[in-house]
Amino acid sequence: MLHVISAELRKLRRPTLFLGTMAAVVFFSGLFSALLFLLIDSPQGNSDRGRVVGREVLGLATGGVQGFASTGGFLGIIALCVFAAQTAQEYTYGTLRNLLIRQPGRLKILIGKLVAMKIFALVMIILAAIIGIVTSVVLAPGAKVNTDLWFTSSGIEAILTSFVNVTISVVGFGIIGMVLGLLLRSPISAISFGVLWLLIVENLLIAVKSSLQNWLPGAQLNAIASGGTLDLAYKNALVVGGIYVGVGAIVASILFVRRDVAN
Amino acid sequence: MIKTAISVRDLSKKYDNRLAVSHINFEVPLGTVCGFVGPNGSGKTTTMRMLLGLITPTTGQGHILGEPIEHPEKYLSRVGAMIEGPAFYPALSGHENLMVLAKLGGFPIERVQILLEKVGLGDRGKSKYKTYSLGMKQRLGIAAALLPEPKLLMLDEPTNGLDPEGIQEVRALLRDLANEGTTVFVSSHLLSELEIISDYIVMLRKGEIVFAGPIGELMAQQQPTIIAKSLEHSDLQKIVEIAEAAGHHAVIRNDSVHVLAEMDWAPVLNKAAFDAGITLAQLAPQLPNLEETFFEMTGDK
Repeated sequence: MLHVISAELRKLRRPTLFLGTMAAVVFFSGLFSALLFLLIDSPQGNSDRGRVVGREVLGLATGGVQGFASTGGFLGIIALCVFAAQTAQEYTYGTLRNLLIRQPGRLKILIGKLVAMKIFALVMIILAAIIGIVTSVVLAPGAKVNTDLWFTSSGIEAILTSFVNVTISVVGFGIIGMVLGLLLRSPISAISFGVLWLLIVENLLIAVKSSLQNWLPGAQLNAIASGGTLDLAYKNALVVGGIYVGVGAIVASILFVRRDVAN
Repeated sequence: MIKTAISVRDLSKKYDNRLAVSHINFEVPLGTVCGFVGPNGSGKTTTMRMLLGLITPTTGQGHILGEPIEHPEKYLSRVGAMIEGPAFYPALSGHENLMVLAKLGGFPIERVQILLEKVGLGDRGKSKYKTYSLGMKQRLGIAAALLPEPKLLMLDEPTNGLDPEGIQEVRALLRDLANEGTTVFVSSHLLSELEIISDYIVMLRKGEIVFAGPIGELMAQQQPTIIAKSLEHSDLQKIVEIAEAAGHHAVIRNDSVHVLAEMDWAPVLNKAAFDAGITLAQLAPQLPNLEETFFEMTGDK
């Protein structure tokens, strides 16, 4: 298993992928946190979908990680793309046969790949957390936000909770990407389908029938990253999101283990 | 102690209603170079994939290095393979690509540079794979197949895209490996190449075995040909008549007569032609080569 993880990490550390992804994470997590403070008095809102997050909320113990938590969905989309591309490219490049000749244990390959990509996602999340919190600390005084509670024991607990929630959410998005990669066997198809579904189709469906947000996968994973929302309870999101990810992973694993590698 | 590197019994693969490989049987002795020949679509790659555990046979059994093909984990650490051409990550260098496979298989990473040198890519190892020519990609594929210091090497068209010098190098490499005890199972459409290096031949046509055995045995089954040329083109028909009168099949091809007859009949033909007033410009016995044998046996030409 360690051999598979080590081999997969060699692919993930290539500069264009690693540095490119991390640069995007730095930029967007900085931007998401900065907008919370820079647009604090904007009537159009300062958070996602025009939500207003006021000084009182930002001044709470959880205020320091508001920006980071709202980056969760974006980090999830990145994870979905990376996991999908890294999985599906083995089919398009024909490299899967090389992997299986060197490591015939197909589940080992799959789990090793997943662990390596989780490590990649973890680096991404840690970086996003650091940038989000640092940006918040730097911009809070200018926005007249009180930061006294941010680094108390409750504040630290909020940081850790938020980190765990974002990690669960991002890994969930990543596994969905991996499942799509295994099912569609093409990076372009897997990424297009995943991103279109999560960013457009789900939002349209929820706009037509709001109760659907209790059942759609992207909405669950986004809610987990935020620690639950007013409309979607954390536990509900965890259960429903977990079922989507679990069932998808089982179906894809069975297919991967049984399917002939004929390309 | 096992004597065969590959042993296959009643092996078949069916896709929907099409039998890609149909109940084949053959054995490849240890330490030999075995040529695996057949027209495109004859089932060579499908057979190799089954032997490597990439696809599941519909029926039959196979053993690689004494282990059943249902358990590829028991033998693949001793097998090197390149199937259907080289396949690597374009954004990684040749060196990095081999490192990925070395890490995956748990092989010493020092072998990577040694193998790059061995296949003539020592100075291009740091270049990205996508910048490689077809011949360089092929060499990298061979290097990857050699990573485990294999007891059995399975190569699918390894000389594709190589220049004549490269082909000669691969031929020498395969022969050296066989001399060191590695069994080489190699498919190629360059039958002349296989004829030079192979001890064994497995011939496939439309998913069925046409011949499997020592190459000497195959060639011995073929009737030799005597090629006769006359000074006058008009005499060729007379030579055909002389041969047929003696009970030998003869045809005119490219300004010469091809007579299916043993070598020792050549002096008889020479005398008969002289007696008939024909001056022969050439009289040469010729054994059929692998390519001619292949076409004759498969009936593809």
